[in-house]
Amino acid sequence: MRPITSLLRSSAAAALLVLAACANGPAVASGGNELRLEPAPINRLDEESLQRGARTFVNYCLNCHTAKYMRYSRLTDIGLTEAQIRDNLMFATDKIGETMTVAMPAIDAKGWFGAPPPDLSVEARIRGSDWLYNYFLGFYKDDGTPSGWNNLVFPNVAMPHVLWVQGGINRLQTTEYEDHEKAQAAAIAVRQLVMVAPAAGDAVEVRTLVPETPGTMKPEEYRAMVADLVNYLDYMGEPARNQRINVGLAVLIFLGVLFLFAYLLKREYWRDVH
Amino acid sequence: MQKIITWIDERFPLTALWESQWGKYVAPRNFNFWYYFGSLAAFVLVLQIITGIFLTMSYNPDAAKAFESVEYIMRDVSWGWLIRYMHSTGASMFFVVVYLHMFRGLLYGSYRKPRELLWIIGCVIYLALMAEAFFGYLLPWGQMSYWGAQVIVNLFSSIPVIGEDLALWIRGDYTISDITLNRFFAFHVVALPLVLLGLVAAHLMALHEVGSSNPDGIEIKKQPKSPVTGLPLDGIYSHPYYTVKDIMGVVVFLVVFSIIVFFLPDMGGYFLEANNFIPADPLKTPEHIAPLWYFTPYYAMLRAVPSMMGTQVWGVLVMGIAVLIFFALPWLDRGAVKSIRYRGGLYKTWLALFVVSFLILGYLGVVPVTVWGQFSEGVPILATADKATVVARVLTIVYFLFFLLMPWYTARDRTRPVPERVR
Repeated sequence: MRPITSLLRSSAAAALLVLAACANGPAVASGGNELRLEPAPINRLDEESLQRGARTFVNYCLNCHTAKYMRYSRLTDIGLTEAQIRDNLMFATDKIGETMTVAMPAIDAKGWFGAPPPDLSVEARIRGSDWLYNYFLGFYKDDGTPSGWNNLVFPNVAMPHVLWVQGGINRLQTTEYEDHEKAQAAAIAVRQLVMVAPAAGDAVEVRTLVPETPGTMKPEEYRAMVADLVNYLDYMGEPARNQRINVGLAVLIFLGVLFLFAYLLKREYWRDVH
Repeated sequence: MQKIITWIDERFPLTALWESQWGKYVAPRNFNFWYYFGSLAAFVLVLQIITGIFLTMSYNPDAAKAFESVEYIMRDVSWGWLIRYMHSTGASMFFVVVYLHMFRGLLYGSYRKPRELLWIIGCVIYLALMAEAFFGYLLPWGQMSYWGAQVIVNLFSSIPVIGEDLALWIRGDYTISDITLNRFFAFHVVALPLVLLGLVAAHLMALHEVGSSNPDGIEIKKQPKSPVTGLPLDGIYSHPYYTVKDIMGVVVFLVVFSIIVFFLPDMGGYFLEANNFIPADPLKTPEHIAPLWYFTPYYAMLRAVPSMMGTQVWGVLVMGIAVLIFFALPWLDRGAVKSIRYRGGLYKTWLALFVVSFLILGYLGVVPVTVWGQFSEGVPILATADKATVVARVLTIVYFLFFLLMPWYTARDRTRPVPERVR
């Protein structure tokens, strides 16, 4: 075997190793706490889900948060007509070309909440859809915070649990295990949002949420509502995504055909060289 | 048609230029996979300039509007998302292609006499490309843009005596601000593209003067001429042979490029960082600031070097020398042969060590230093040190030893005789 082939092979193996390391992605960990997120059950092609998510968004989020890069007219992407958008989703403006802004001045918001609510146009690109889904499921009652709420995914977040009427009130449950391995096993068995955190000594605690007061929705209805909302936020982060993927498939088919011609041309010209 | 060309040729050396630079340029017939990346780098340069021109039409280099204008491009400009993703993917792919092109030089000794100047111009292109990427990364005005620029400019302030003033001069302000954004925009869209184009032209002229090397490291110009063609025995015209071959290479590249642009534009956070979708906030330092992947091997070295004698300038020095040491390669290599095909085990081992160091350093530059935890108390000397930092230090040393020991191991290496003809 040529020596170069073995070198190629070893560099390819090294490159694969690096890729594998990258593929695992950033671990959601901070300060020794380890968060296990549930995957968000969303589908970018489900227009009805996106429309329900848009409704939830304009009704519950778009009072404090803005989406100042998102135009109402763009909602035609998700199968709505301009009349439907105008009649059902526009509360703050009557111009369909406007972006999603709110009347609350940022300076007041800062005074009321301690931090101005962030703009949500590209929030899904910052956090990722799994993070958002678990964030909405992660609120629990905590008398120690100014708002009376806390969040397992975003500790001491300034935002209160806006959807508590629908989702009900959760309480934090902490179970202590003698070592990390036992805690990990317990956390995996929970099969939903859970945090593993170091406790006193070698002990490790597992934090989960348990319902205290039920909401107006059944738990599975509430999860579906949150999933729709996350689906919408994910869409809003990059409204061109579906177009991007469709165009991409066409481009790849074109390039496949082009490659065939390029290859045949090369082979024809090179026949007399070898 | 011929009439028009004759008319031009009488007034401008059009045909002469075409023939000396490509049409009648004689290249070795045995270019392999690694020889695609030169033409691909030129292709990506053109792609970046064209997409860059279109981005400039809608981008707004104003600290209050820059972030917004990028989202405007992504949402409201027709096909703006495509242009933007092509440009952001192109930036990373430029480095992929250039790193592979440089690695080709290491494999086949492309920098050896008489190609020293060709190699040096290439190294200057690499430096200019790093500057171009650095200036460009500030423009989206996200948190990583802002704090990345802050960190890099602060490196200059660690230089003794003049450092603080130098950093102030670069920024034009006491922090990264609107003024900095405006001058970085000017550098990114005017100054450095001009420098790059000039250097690339010089690189190509130097190449076509000395002739291409090849995977066997044989100088085809020294071969006898074929009685049939009048060309060196292993030489062929670039046109049409390498024209059609490079077109095929470009199409394959475009397949990879399109898969990223259309299906993975963020590349899992390696081409577009999630935190860069947060607008720049001078009052909020992110927990973890990492440069984009193409700078991370050097960033890992910077972090690995401890501060000594009350200054951190040593890390900056190490990082700078790590890049500049490539310039010395033609004089460090004392091997009897050029190509790895005829080198002995010593060079192959060192090259493999170098590549592995570069890749692992690149990984370590992305992650926090705590990624592998600490050595336990019981370990002598290393107790409680971050494992990743210790590994980065060892690999930094390996990286430098590849160059510093090169005169010794290349001269001592058991090489094999180079044949008369290419394989």
